[in-house]
Amino acid sequence: MSKATSSPVRTIAAHAVLLAYTVIALFPVLVIVINAFKSRNAIFRTPLMPPTPETFDLVGFRTVLAQGDFFLYFQNSLIVTVVSLFLVLLFGAMAAFALSEYRFKGNTLMGLYLALGIMIPIRLGTVAILQLMVASGLVNTLTALILVYTAQGLPLAVFILSEFMKQVSDDLKNAGRIDGLSEYTIFFRLVLPLVRPAMATVAVFTMIPIWNDLWFPLILAPSEETKTVTLGAQIFIGQYVTNWNAVLAALSLAIVPVLVLYLIFSRQLIRGITAGAVK
Amino acid sequence: MKSIFSENLSDPQRTAGPEAMAETTAQRRPVRWHIAVFLAPAVLIYTAVMILPLFGTLQLSLFRTVDNVPVFAGFDNFRMLFGDPRWSANFWNALGNNTWFFIIHMLVQNPIGVVLAALLSSPKLRFSAFYRTAIFIPTILSFVIVGFAWKLILSPLWGVAPNVLDLVGLKSLFVPWLGKEEYALTTLGLISVWQFVGIPMMLIYAALLSIPDEVIEAAECDGITGMAQFWKIKLPLILPSIGIISILTFVGNFNAFDLIYSAQGALAGPNYATDILGTFLYRTFFGFQLQVGDRNMGATIASMMFFIILAGVCVYLFTIQTRLRRYQY
Repeated sequence: MSKATSSPVRTIAAHAVLLAYTVIALFPVLVIVINAFKSRNAIFRTPLMPPTPETFDLVGFRTVLAQGDFFLYFQNSLIVTVVSLFLVLLFGAMAAFALSEYRFKGNTLMGLYLALGIMIPIRLGTVAILQLMVASGLVNTLTALILVYTAQGLPLAVFILSEFMKQVSDDLKNAGRIDGLSEYTIFFRLVLPLVRPAMATVAVFTMIPIWNDLWFPLILAPSEETKTVTLGAQIFIGQYVTNWNAVLAALSLAIVPVLVLYLIFSRQLIRGITAGAVK
Repeated sequence: MKSIFSENLSDPQRTAGPEAMAETTAQRRPVRWHIAVFLAPAVLIYTAVMILPLFGTLQLSLFRTVDNVPVFAGFDNFRMLFGDPRWSANFWNALGNNTWFFIIHMLVQNPIGVVLAALLSSPKLRFSAFYRTAIFIPTILSFVIVGFAWKLILSPLWGVAPNVLDLVGLKSLFVPWLGKEEYALTTLGLISVWQFVGIPMMLIYAALLSIPDEVIEAAECDGITGMAQFWKIKLPLILPSIGIISILTFVGNFNAFDLIYSAQGALAGPNYATDILGTFLYRTFFGFQLQVGDRNMGATIASMMFFIILAGVCVYLFTIQTRLRRYQY
């Protein structure tokens, strides 16, 4: 490495900027979480202090857990997110491969058709989607949400993945063909492992809107058994707006599981990104 | 299907002239079923759950509901949206606010994302995994959490924001930003930036990592390092990613709804100062307070959003994207 890239001044400056932004990113989350563990008086008197033995109080969490079935909500969110994510990645990668690898009549048109969904929010079709789900008896099921989220995630997945698949070397695929591999084997064995970093990126971008969506759970699956954690938290906070302990506790409960999930998942993500980049 | 999937443009026999090619492709070229197999699942789900309902919505914008019976109305709904001052004032207000919301993202979110990614990708940086993970955390939180959390933090009732400003001696600057007409929209824009800066950061970071070491080493041999290296070598190579991010930002912002709804409610207060197209659509569609929900006017606004977004994406696809150079390493 040259001198310039490893000079201490530069490194310190980089750390200062990154640390400053990390503080900005984490501060609001931290404030919410530490105050959830405090008594009502302490929340208002010393909002920036961590809970001390005198101010420690779990009354907010007791209210939340007595009122809502957050474990069930969490389970629903998890099922919907994981299944949709799997379908989006599999089907999206398959379609992206077809579009980036083969030349056939209508290729560009098909690409544009699939890309249309990036620009149009699926929400604009809500009324017709609701009619469709009512007609097929899927209202208040997790299947309805999975279908909608799969359709919603596919366009972006196809778009990003075909950008990346265009960069996969043709020689490699042709070598596979000469060795007698079928097109399916080439896709699953050669191309998919090479676009893994892109898949990880797509996974994160697909997962977040699904997990956080409020609109479709509210319209397609608002029943108690199918409520997602976002909808559950929204309804709960709406009801307890003046009970600061309960609101802060509900926010913390909504934050912590996602955070844990993310911390587990981010290792995969980062490994995927770096593994693909270091050739 | 057969003719679609059986033609191969790279087929060497193509040079034999159109008649010969038509003959050979019809006879010898097997149907490439694998293309259909690769495409089918995605296309089917996407068409049934997304495209058909969207066309249903566009269709609804051409109808009026009279006594529960849909009546064809042509472009009357659009005429009302632009001609009737009550509707058009709301629409232009929402469109203007939405544009400002987008400008904030382009000017604040994306440059910050590029800077963070450039710093993160510098070699031998310690704790880079920690920074990356931490900075991405707001992005994984839902709008409900972000909206309420910031509402609480900026609330004058709970002294967090004034306390923090006091620490740096700027307490006099505090105003209830979300409650003031002139600041509310910008504040919400910055909250949204705070939440989503992780997305451009991650995309650019992945693009920067995929630049091969040989390119960087060659630049260093030529004496191009530091800032000059970033501007002259890396930036041109990540331009396609920046293009993608810009169009994603545009689409995301013109669909935005949840954050405003969580923080300010369906009325997008104060006095519609934070009303964007998404909240305007929601109010029209489902009704609020005294106004009854109007499915057809909702569909009309949804159609307008559709055309705005379509225009933006066409600009990207046909002018920006075709001019960006792509490099195969």
